[in-house]
Amino acid sequence: MIKKSDVEHVALLARLELADIEKEIYTKQLNDILGHFESLQQLETTDVEPMAHVLSLFNVFREDKVDRHLSSESVLANCPDRDEDCFKVPKIV
Amino acid sequence: MTQYETVIGLEVHLELKTNSKIFCSSSTSFGGKPNTHVCPVCLGLPGVLPVVNKKVVEDAILVALALNCRIAEFSKFDRKNYYYPDMPKNYQISQYDLPIALDGRLEIELDGKLKKIGITRLHMEEDTGKLVHQGTITTTPFSLVDYNRAGVPLLEIVSEPDLRSPEEARIYLEKLKSVIQYTGVSDCRMEEGSLRCDANVSVRQLGKEEFGTKAEIKNMNSFRSLQKALTYEVSRQIEVLEEGGRIVQETRTWDEGQGITLPLRSKEQAHDYRYFPEPDLVPMIIEREWVESVRNRLPELPDARRERYVRNYSLPDYDAGVLTSTKEMADYFEACLDAYPSPKTVSNWIMGDLSRLLNANNLEINDCPVSPVNLASLFKILDEGTISGKIAKVVFEEMFATGKDAGTIVKEKRLVQISDEGSLSAIVEEVIAGNPKSVSDYRSGKDKALGFLVGQVMKATKGKANPELVNKLFKEKILD
Amino acid sequence: MSLYYLTAHELHDLLLKKEISAVEVNEAVFNRIESVEDGVKAYLTLTRDQAMRTAQSVDDMINAGRPIPPLAGIPVAIKDNICTEGVRTTAASKIIYNFIPPYDATVVKKLAGQHIAMTGKTNLDEFAMGSSTENSGFFATHNPWNRDCVPGGSSGGSAAAVAAGEAICAIGSDTGGSIRQPAAFCGVVGIKPTYGAVSRYGLIAFASSLDQIGPFTRDVTDCALMLNAICGHDPLDATSSTYEVQDFRRCLVNDIKGLKIGVPREYMSEGIDAEVRQVIEKTMSLLEMNGARIEETSLPHLGYSLPVYYLIAPAEASSNLARYDGVRYGFRSEGAQDVVDMFMKTRSQGFGAEVKRRIMLGTYVLSAGYYDAYYLKALKVRTLIKEDFNKAFEKFDILLSPTTPSPAFRFGEKTGDPLKMYLSDVFTIAVNLAGIPGLSIPCGFVNGLPVGLQLMGRPFSEGKLLQAAYTFEQNTDHHKKHPEL
Repeated sequence: MIKKSDVEHVALLARLELADIEKEIYTKQLNDILGHFESLQQLETTDVEPMAHVLSLFNVFREDKVDRHLSSESVLANCPDRDEDCFKVPKIV
Repeated sequence: MTQYETVIGLEVHLELKTNSKIFCSSSTSFGGKPNTHVCPVCLGLPGVLPVVNKKVVEDAILVALALNCRIAEFSKFDRKNYYYPDMPKNYQISQYDLPIALDGRLEIELDGKLKKIGITRLHMEEDTGKLVHQGTITTTPFSLVDYNRAGVPLLEIVSEPDLRSPEEARIYLEKLKSVIQYTGVSDCRMEEGSLRCDANVSVRQLGKEEFGTKAEIKNMNSFRSLQKALTYEVSRQIEVLEEGGRIVQETRTWDEGQGITLPLRSKEQAHDYRYFPEPDLVPMIIEREWVESVRNRLPELPDARRERYVRNYSLPDYDAGVLTSTKEMADYFEACLDAYPSPKTVSNWIMGDLSRLLNANNLEINDCPVSPVNLASLFKILDEGTISGKIAKVVFEEMFATGKDAGTIVKEKRLVQISDEGSLSAIVEEVIAGNPKSVSDYRSGKDKALGFLVGQVMKATKGKANPELVNKLFKEKILD
Repeated sequence: MSLYYLTAHELHDLLLKKEISAVEVNEAVFNRIESVEDGVKAYLTLTRDQAMRTAQSVDDMINAGRPIPPLAGIPVAIKDNICTEGVRTTAASKIIYNFIPPYDATVVKKLAGQHIAMTGKTNLDEFAMGSSTENSGFFATHNPWNRDCVPGGSSGGSAAAVAAGEAICAIGSDTGGSIRQPAAFCGVVGIKPTYGAVSRYGLIAFASSLDQIGPFTRDVTDCALMLNAICGHDPLDATSSTYEVQDFRRCLVNDIKGLKIGVPREYMSEGIDAEVRQVIEKTMSLLEMNGARIEETSLPHLGYSLPVYYLIAPAEASSNLARYDGVRYGFRSEGAQDVVDMFMKTRSQGFGAEVKRRIMLGTYVLSAGYYDAYYLKALKVRTLIKEDFNKAFEKFDILLSPTTPSPAFRFGEKTGDPLKMYLSDVFTIAVNLAGIPGLSIPCGFVNGLPVGLQLMGRPFSEGKLLQAAYTFEQNTDHHKKHPEL
């Protein structure tokens, strides 16, 4: 059972600021959704390998070569705030 | 008073000097304007995908072999999720439960005794960008972000909690640095950040089995500050315990200015990294043949080289240890031997005058103005008797200052030894005539007096007289 | 017949015969957009000038007597979660409402190499999270067959554009059915290729282990042409397959004699509309009449695909969407105290409700203490689902099902209850979990709304799916019907 405090903790981890009403809604909805998924827990999977990839691909590498960089202007073209060549952000602490 | 035992484990981050970044083809080179060594991938633009740089995997295997690790047959990358503005994707591609190498060891020397320090694991990951503050992180009104370093390949090497003192920790780190420098995959410069070290520190009552609560110490930027920070932290923890307090598990940062460790704010350490397999990368199967082909790249490591010096060159173990402490030093030594095959002479000069001048000028052996061939030229004219041992020191200083070879300096400065018996005879006779007291002292068996007389000849010849010849002449003229 | 309702291969023939010019084709399509777009709202961005320039260059090639590729000058729409250099790409999210990529996705590069004329960027559910395009951060797209109904999602804009004659072909992406379900709802052909068949480089990630790009077309021949253009290995995508790409035009053969088709009973029982069932049964008899051997089969773990999908996809998404923080691009909330505050405000204001819900869900199932019970469990059951398919494909060439349990639903019908919305993906998501190809082709109508038939095959058996679909199409005329707008 997910509590409102769990939702608050998860929201902080995910860097989401939730209004009180949103916290209530997500608490209910996450419980509904995960409740619906309880059926999974009944499946016996002790000896089943987890599948993170459907591909049977291994060892895909690139050679250690330098290629074109983005131009300074296109690096910063989309940024909300900058100071000359750098991205600018509010203070860290 | 209770006796405490210190328990330290180190987490070392190493920047690899590959050409391109770990997951994209941007350059890893230092310098350049901010945000110029970036591409859509290392900038974390929407839609981009990583592809692993093969050289990084091979360098990781190489270092793992040098540290006697077991190379995993199956390895994969994972995502480590946390938010920080220097991290373009707000997750770091790293390795979690299946690192590329495990269970290694490094031998260090403590008061002449060898001790094995366990290596828990070695894994690959990407570096973050750099934050620039005006003043300090706490007082700056805003921060600037440069992503040039984002995506530079890192190796993380985690030691077992086998280190028992701050000094041991420093020695371990120095040895680790030496071994890795030998492999040639990293510059290992702590001051420049290509070698970084965090420490897990705890203390426990002597004789107790279980570990005490540990604190993680960050921000130690030199070997000196590592030892200072750990020494401070150990005494802090003991003090807390002595006062009946308990140690809080936390991350602390070393404040070099104040000489103390300080806790980071709890908001910054509320981490739950939510590791999961990186779905954009496929796993790695590391076949034996691949490992063996990398092993062929493994150079002779410092311990083996040191043994060889003792065995083949009959050098004292201590001298061999100093000469092999860095690969550059040992390579220099061997290049000198190629030109002048007398290990003891070369070793004495390198460990004596050469090291003294390097230290005084804050230079590394690689930047030494005296080339191995030039150093050998000095030994040769010494052997030939062209200059005396005393003049040789003068010539060497001049070689260090100018980069010229010994012969040139001897000629330019007219430092050729006077070995002409005729001209020296005249000077010796002058000295005998001018110092009757010393002459009679010498005659009556006071050997010290001869030294004074020889010194007078040297003075008169500005040190250029062949001392052996002068000795001989005095003996003939006074005793015979 | 209007030019905008012709297929790419028909237009190509006319271009070669010089009966029309590429400029005329594109003018026809853009005029069509002008007259119907207000009612459909398929596009977020139009790139008319760019399309016209390409069309002109194709005409120049034709007039110079140079050969042109099969899709040259054909107006193609691109889903707005695929990066296009210099053209705004938003994933229908306010958080990157103004993002102009400095690079092209690999598929976009490949299509440009074929000289297609890009008409614009199509609407979608924000970050492809949704099944109706109602979750777009900007506006909803309407189903051209009934404008009170949704076009499906998440590639609703692409499907609607092709159905409405606002593009000849389109590109979409499919994480849990986002091509096949809107293709079914809008009465067009859509295929989700095998995982790894098409490069994902430049596709704004939703769930990396499930996402795959694929085409929308009016018929199977165009589908083959589009696949020819976009499939193939890409060194920029480590999950891109090195499987050798065939010329899919060779699969356009009207012959399914002896083809073994399995019908998983789990697909035919779960909450499927009676009318949809009738349409599918009629389809099956037609396939049998043409020589296919159809048998019932079973995928025992299919029922778990919904929970498995809604654990894996949000988990990956919670990480993939972490980069939208207001530092490097997109929206930034003003007046934040510090960086953490800026992150939290930016993300809360920039993301829509469904995206936030999935980020919350995904973060929760990956967090300490829940990983094994949810995420790891889901990965294990994913193995079981994949094994079910493997076993079925030992016996059958193709599996068949309805693409969706019901035709297009009405706006607002499922927006109140996320679970109800999730359930509308129930027939399509297993294909993504197993990484196999799935194709949806129009197979009839219920109350004036199209019904889709889903064909599923072994990895890299797109050719077989195309052959079956082509045979079906040659013996029916559903693909010749167009909505009245």
